[in-house]
Amino acid sequence: MQIILFHLMPYAEVDIDAARKHGTVWGLPNKHYDPQVAHRLYNRFLDELEYGEELGFDGISVNEHHQTAYGMMPSPIVTASALARRTKKVKIAILGSALPLRTHPMMVAEEHAMIDVISGGRLISGFVRGIGAEYHTFGVNPTISHDRFHEAHDLIVRAWTEKGPFSFEGHHYRVNYVNLWPQPMQKPHPPIWIPSQGSKETIDWAAHPDRRYTYLQTFSPSKVVARYLKMYRDTCQGFGYTAKDSQLGWSIPIYVGKTDDAARREAKVHFENFRNVFVRMPLEMLLPPGYTSRDSLKNVMKAKAQMFGDVTIEQAIELGLFVCGSPQTVLSIFKNHWNEMRFGNLLVSCQFGTLPGDLTRKNMELFAREVMPGLKALN
Amino acid sequence: MKFSDGFVEVLGCKVHLRRAGKGNPLLFLHGASGAPAVLPFMEKLAERFDVLVPEHPGYGQSDEPAWLENIHDMAYFYLDFLKHLGLKEVTLVGSSMGGWIAMEMAVRDTSRLSSLVLVGPAGIAAPGVKPADIFLMSPEEVVKGLFFDQKLAAARLAIPETPESIDVGLKNRHTTARLAWEPRLHDPFLPKWLHRIDVPVKIIWGKQDKILPAAFASHYQKLFPKAEMFLFDDCGHLPHVEKAEKFVEAVCR
Repeated sequence: MQIILFHLMPYAEVDIDAARKHGTVWGLPNKHYDPQVAHRLYNRFLDELEYGEELGFDGISVNEHHQTAYGMMPSPIVTASALARRTKKVKIAILGSALPLRTHPMMVAEEHAMIDVISGGRLISGFVRGIGAEYHTFGVNPTISHDRFHEAHDLIVRAWTEKGPFSFEGHHYRVNYVNLWPQPMQKPHPPIWIPSQGSKETIDWAAHPDRRYTYLQTFSPSKVVARYLKMYRDTCQGFGYTAKDSQLGWSIPIYVGKTDDAARREAKVHFENFRNVFVRMPLEMLLPPGYTSRDSLKNVMKAKAQMFGDVTIEQAIELGLFVCGSPQTVLSIFKNHWNEMRFGNLLVSCQFGTLPGDLTRKNMELFAREVMPGLKALN
Repeated sequence: MKFSDGFVEVLGCKVHLRRAGKGNPLLFLHGASGAPAVLPFMEKLAERFDVLVPEHPGYGQSDEPAWLENIHDMAYFYLDFLKHLGLKEVTLVGSSMGGWIAMEMAVRDTSRLSSLVLVGPAGIAAPGVKPADIFLMSPEEVVKGLFFDQKLAAARLAIPETPESIDVGLKNRHTTARLAWEPRLHDPFLPKWLHRIDVPVKIIWGKQDKILPAAFASHYQKLFPKAEMFLFDDCGHLPHVEKAEKFVEAVCR
């Protein structure tokens, strides 16, 4: 199994009371943002990701979010670039760039290719549509989000793989001369991963034999993860091939402590801040019209009370939304899940919500030394 | 007055159409919440006009055509609709989004129109005036925001939801987003061509409109210096619903 250290880089020192009062950190007025604090946090988080290489993670990962304390990386390109120069061996995963939000996909193709070349071919390129809230903050029309995503993807992959110049005639993007400098170092192109909260449409598209992209289920209860990873495998069978384990991934926050009790005690407030403050947003913000199918939207409306209420650390552990405990507990939980789901990639967030630097490092070290070897051996 | 209830197909798109009355035609273009029922103002207008109330493509029981991508598509569709039904001397009445569609039609072609009635219209941005963000409001908040008299909002919210009404609500919201998400509820190029509207214009606004505040009205007055302006007291975003008699009087005047 390949293990990747994922970081959201939250504005971890956000005024929790103010965020609670506002109801969400998405669109929290930026009077709550202090560049001095962010300076300290950015550098701390970059150090944590770099430390991931030293601890033996296979990859380190960043992503994209806008106008929120949830994640401070409106451009994951900036952080991935810094990491490309400060690391030597680890893969650098951008999970992902929000294609429909970007004015022009050519820019994404160029920037990802640059990082692949600078890092000597260590880039994993993730594509996402961005969170619903970002269609509010960015103004991009959510009803054309899927269309723009697919078209941007097509343009990027063609720009990476075809000899230029050629012209691209799309509905949303038109370019007379596509002739990329730089070309990515990895051939035919960097691995493409598709992080998702779970959708049949996304799975059908990612699993298609022309693509076979790694599908990454993010921050979901373990039963939901199992359901979607199985759906991915079944979809591949439907297309007439068997999915490799490397085509499946799971992204989840974890906390490893000396004992189960110590782990829960240390993680409790920080995890609950993450789940109940940083993740929270109103339905209208989360799912603007057209961001999902109307059937999916109706299902969410039905599950609204459950989805939008507070969750305690104990409930989250029970649901498999969070893996927390002694090294033995954490290893056995993941082994059990792996036996059931056979995911070839595990992304762990060792920092979440307000978790401070000392606990984040302790978590990373215990995981890397006492859990990771057992997981990497799974095959 | 009994409204006929059926479908008419234009450009391969089936639209749900209610129609009643005799006289010159009056086409009512609904706003973002659709036109799910026959309302008293329609019945009163039908005493003077041949009233047509379609549900727009993408709304209510009408089709959702793939070609419908922006408000201009909608305007061309309704110009074809007028031609298809052979309507002439049309009084074109549009509420909110419907007012926007009416203006987009009229800058293109007024040959079948006799006058334009804009009722709390969307479509034009006014400097310093912010519309409510209907896409960040829950459906309940939207209904409350529509009315000055909260008893009317409560009555509308008391109508029990059905699976069909939930589907229609989501469909209407989707189409509104498709047409009006960005630029939000307006066409920045529309004001350049308003001089092409060469039929009489009436503008009706609720003074307590919380969706498109009445401050918009003074901007419209500058853009349509010859228009007749009606500002209704104790009235929200739907003057035709909240002040039906005064509304009908203003249209008929």
